[in-house]
Amino acid sequence: MAFDYTPYLRMSKMPHLWCPGCGIGIVVKSMIRAIDRMGWDKNDIAVVSGIGCTSRAPGYLDMNTLHTTHGRSISFATGIKLVRPEKHVIVIAGDGDMTAIGGNHFIHACRRNIDITCIIVNNNIYGMTGGQYSPTTPRGAKAATAPWGNMDASFNLTDLAIGAGATYVARGQVGNGTQMERFIRDGLSHHGFSVIETLANCHTQYGRRNKLPDPMQLIKDIQEHSVSKSKAEKMNPEEMEGKLIIGELYKNTQRPEFCDEYEKLCQRVQELTKKVEAPV
Amino acid sequence: MSQVVFWTGNEVTAEAGIAAGCRFFGGYPITPSSEIAAVMAKRLPMENGIFIQMEDEIAAMGACIGAAMAGAKSMTATSGPGFSLKQEHIGFACMVEAPCVIVNVQRGGPSTGLPTHPAQSDLMQARWGTHGDHAIIALAPAYLRELYLEIIRAFNLSEKFRLPVIVLIDEILGHMSECFEVPEPHEYTIFNRVKTDKSPEEYNPYEVSDGELVPPMANYFEGYRFHATGLNHDKTGFPTTDQVLCQTDEVRKHEKIAQNRAEIDSWEEIMLDDAEVLVIAFGSTARGAQTAVEEVRKDGIRAGLFRPITVWPFPEERVRELAQGKKAVIVAEMNLGQMILEVERVAHSDVKIVGCQKIGGIPIEPYEIVAKIREVG
Repeated sequence: MAFDYTPYLRMSKMPHLWCPGCGIGIVVKSMIRAIDRMGWDKNDIAVVSGIGCTSRAPGYLDMNTLHTTHGRSISFATGIKLVRPEKHVIVIAGDGDMTAIGGNHFIHACRRNIDITCIIVNNNIYGMTGGQYSPTTPRGAKAATAPWGNMDASFNLTDLAIGAGATYVARGQVGNGTQMERFIRDGLSHHGFSVIETLANCHTQYGRRNKLPDPMQLIKDIQEHSVSKSKAEKMNPEEMEGKLIIGELYKNTQRPEFCDEYEKLCQRVQELTKKVEAPV
Repeated sequence: MSQVVFWTGNEVTAEAGIAAGCRFFGGYPITPSSEIAAVMAKRLPMENGIFIQMEDEIAAMGACIGAAMAGAKSMTATSGPGFSLKQEHIGFACMVEAPCVIVNVQRGGPSTGLPTHPAQSDLMQARWGTHGDHAIIALAPAYLRELYLEIIRAFNLSEKFRLPVIVLIDEILGHMSECFEVPEPHEYTIFNRVKTDKSPEEYNPYEVSDGELVPPMANYFEGYRFHATGLNHDKTGFPTTDQVLCQTDEVRKHEKIAQNRAEIDSWEEIMLDDAEVLVIAFGSTARGAQTAVEEVRKDGIRAGLFRPITVWPFPEERVRELAQGKKAVIVAEMNLGQMILEVERVAHSDVKIVGCQKIGGIPIEPYEIVAKIREVG
């Protein structure tokens, strides 16, 4: 029997605003299946987002949802998680949202290793605002603000996350939803800051400007630029040029998690400052 | 027996926050507010509260709003450029109606300005700093015991009216120490947000019943699974571009202040009964202004002081009444003319209004206000 997504969706909000064929839908569906596998109660999940196409996802999810400001979803999610550390907090964001305007919040959440799962839909472009180049637009690609080709270098988001201290980092792509679901589920199970980058197609804003206007064409292009971890190990730097590795890229279960550490701090402080009762 | 303390204003701010029920503080270091965060970092773990130093002022404000949505009373404190950075999220708090308190220990500006010196030049920013139409409450105490009570009142107002409340002090109040008796819990009330009594099926996060202006709240994780967004939204919390719905919702947010002025307004009137010259001053400047008024009275000049404690909304009606028939109105403030704009707006046009303004980091001294009073009196 096909998976029933409707218990997790606000069906009254359909149809959604994403373009036909948009990759975000595949990511959201993978995320829902991963949540379902976790067996979590919807009441115990908060989904927080910033601004952009991806950030509209929480509106369609029947959970505790917060659609915040551009780039700053993680700061709100941090407040929510610290107040209710026993609950599940998920952040979903696009590449521009999370790694340009939100880059500082992103690296510091990685550093803190707070138990939040961060899903980044990387479609190499600012979609909602009209196709401007983002920190992940490949060099030479065209965008509304790079009509002659993008001259900027692009971020490798998983390297950034690992370097900043995230303790679960994986990269999937929309051509393989089952695999993506597994990465998201592993991220949700992980006790620490987890980052799942998902390579996705924005054929409307990115593809049309770069001779890949059809969703399937663009998904195929993403797949051609993706290599599995095992394959990548056998490739030299020249062969890896322009390619991104798909797979679980980093996992560390030893680093302390922020909320746990805060709880310990409170206990230690309260023990230290406990008033000694005077003898009767 | 009540506790007698000799605290700085920044210490008072932190301790009063804890007394008000603040259990979440999102901070970021900036002079001259930093000691508030330092005290909170020390004290909150003792109270099972959360202190976190975020990566910048914007994030600190975001964390406070997230904490508020999850049910905590939250506060942040900042100064100068930090207050500018917080504006984006102050607007978000207005939009989603998240209760929270922002303390601005004002310093000289613009830009990096005078980090270790006082100013009152964020008065207009407190009102209009974030973009778009929005309603706001800002309180400006002048004494440290009053600061304690005003911090508590700020939390109460934010919880009651579901909005960010700004407390404007300055470097003088933040760093000076005063000896006072800490108000006992029976001397103030603590107000906690009104929770919805509806079932999750019936609940709409921004629905108000007839005659009400503040929607009862549900916190996250309580079974309500509602949506909140910085986009204009209807009563369900979901985005709308319907002009009537957008305007109605924004007007309601203004009305929750406009229709509750009796509770929100606060000011002090000193020697105004027979006054011919009206001095208006707030915060630390009002302390010197009171000395000035007392000084000129010795020479028979009938001057009096009006000291707004709630600065936003501005006490329009009372200022209009008091200004009527006065020889002159003097507005003393540590900026180049901000509160005077409000006084000019509300006073009758035939009243002479003059400013006593000073910037550059040195407070307005009583003799300067005395000189102004003599000029007009």
